[in-house]
Amino acid sequence: MWQIPMESNGIRLDHQIIYGIVEPEARVLDLGCGKGDLLYLLAREKRAKVQGIEVNDSAIYECVKKGLSVFHGDIEIGLAEYPDRSFDYVILNQSLQEVRKIDWLIHEALRIGNRIIVGFPNFASIQARVMLFFRGKAPITSSLPYRWYDTPNVRFLSISDFRDFCREKDLKVLEAHYLGRERAINLWPNLFALNAIFVLEK
Amino acid sequence: MNKEGSVGVVQTEYFTFAEPPDELVLESERTLGPITLAYETYGTLNRDKTNAILVAHALSGDAHAAGFYEGDSTPGWWDVMIGPGKAFDTERYFVICSNVIGGCKGSTGPSSENPRKGKPYGLDFPVITVADMVETQRHLLDHLGIEKLLCVTGGSMGGMQALQWVASYGERVRSAIPIATALKHSPQQIAFDEVVRQSIMADPEWRQGDYYEHGQPEKGLAVARMIGHITFMSDQSMEEKFSRKLKNGHYSFEFGADFEVEGYLRNRGDHFVRRFDANSYLYITKAMDYFDLSGGRLIPNGKAIQTRFLVISFKSDWLYPSYQSQEIVRELKTKQADATYCELPSTYGHDAFLLEVEEQTVLIKHFLDKTFNGYHVADPHGI
Repeated sequence: MWQIPMESNGIRLDHQIIYGIVEPEARVLDLGCGKGDLLYLLAREKRAKVQGIEVNDSAIYECVKKGLSVFHGDIEIGLAEYPDRSFDYVILNQSLQEVRKIDWLIHEALRIGNRIIVGFPNFASIQARVMLFFRGKAPITSSLPYRWYDTPNVRFLSISDFRDFCREKDLKVLEAHYLGRERAINLWPNLFALNAIFVLEK
Repeated sequence: MNKEGSVGVVQTEYFTFAEPPDELVLESERTLGPITLAYETYGTLNRDKTNAILVAHALSGDAHAAGFYEGDSTPGWWDVMIGPGKAFDTERYFVICSNVIGGCKGSTGPSSENPRKGKPYGLDFPVITVADMVETQRHLLDHLGIEKLLCVTGGSMGGMQALQWVASYGERVRSAIPIATALKHSPQQIAFDEVVRQSIMADPEWRQGDYYEHGQPEKGLAVARMIGHITFMSDQSMEEKFSRKLKNGHYSFEFGADFEVEGYLRNRGDHFVRRFDANSYLYITKAMDYFDLSGGRLIPNGKAIQTRFLVISFKSDWLYPSYQSQEIVRELKTKQADATYCELPSTYGHDAFLLEVEEQTVLIKHFLDKTFNGYHVADPHGI
């Protein structure tokens, strides 16, 4: 898992941004919730009603240890049963790029949630571009830390790609946040941001 | 790490109710009474009576879930999970386990005396259902003065009872932990049960269920249990346990038990007929076959569900495969219930719920802690 820098309070930068987006007592579903750090933060500090889906065995145990409600399984098969608008937010943070049926997943997420929060690594960051252009190698950066043969990622997208996607699919971008190594990025995010977080609505 | 221990020496208690004319009306609309339930309790009920956990047993289980009887060295059937510092921590919780009706371990069943005839019921005993089992447990809880359970749990048929508790008395259940179980028996499960019943009823010693003066239909019951044991294990666990190992190192070229697996099954069968009533096996398997909470019967439509769920299945369990637990989970998602589902890696097959202690303990301990205390005391870094 990508190591996102911690703020002085020990909370990951992307988690801080998502924490700022979610209103108190919101109903939240985190797809690919990992060890549940974000959900735990939202449940404890924002009294959010949280639910996670995670495929990794040991991560599930960590979630249960935190008192979180989680489903063990693949995010691509676990959504059909939820009634429409079951959640205020559906989160796809650092899990989107590991999914094949992106279009379908985002459609489903926007059916069961009013809004979705999507966080993904930017494949067109300057670090990735330098590695590809000057060294002629598949990029390895702090947000894309894997080698070509062991990456769980199956989708490689840039911030511009994702904006195009939203336009094409008629998705309303309510907020966009760009993350550098240690702080938010405002200038030329598609070049300088390592990660992006979008809030979308239908 | 908490110290783990035993609840120590325990005793079975008995509660009798539904004395005529106030007999219990069963799901079949037949009546039964008086009814005795054998039960055991471990730990202490707190002053607010908010720490009670009902443990429901599987097909051949009994009320003796934990601890030891005086002078006995074999602990209760879920002793690995119930006790001080264990998954169901008796230093914090009050654990109750009762033998189901239809059983033969102290609760009223076909081998109990029929007061109208002065001899064992046999087939005069009415066919009971999982809902009837739960109804009798509800009477027991009323008797113990417990309005609301912190948790109801069990594996296999015990899990069915946990789900039935939610369906029948959801408002009295704060949380449910159904393990290695199903929302309904599948045709395959019914088929195995039917073969089991036929093997008992095909034994001439069964005598239409009226065998108590003569002794059990031992051959039929032993075969029934052998079939059961095959379904409780997995291909892999049998390979690991027996492989093709021979009892005497060579083929006998006769029909004795050459292979260790044959010896094991014969041994389990012979052992079982000494401890379990053949008619009870018929009645309880029938109750499981009738069990069906699918189609919205688990949580009625339009009813808000406050019960939290922890659903556990095991990868190698082919008798109650994970897809059946996932069916429970789908139903819970539809009703937006607060639920956790975990499929544990295990090679033990269906038996895993009795054997996979470590992972189940982690899950159950923290799930109960959250149910009992909420988020504020959970310390995710202290474990």
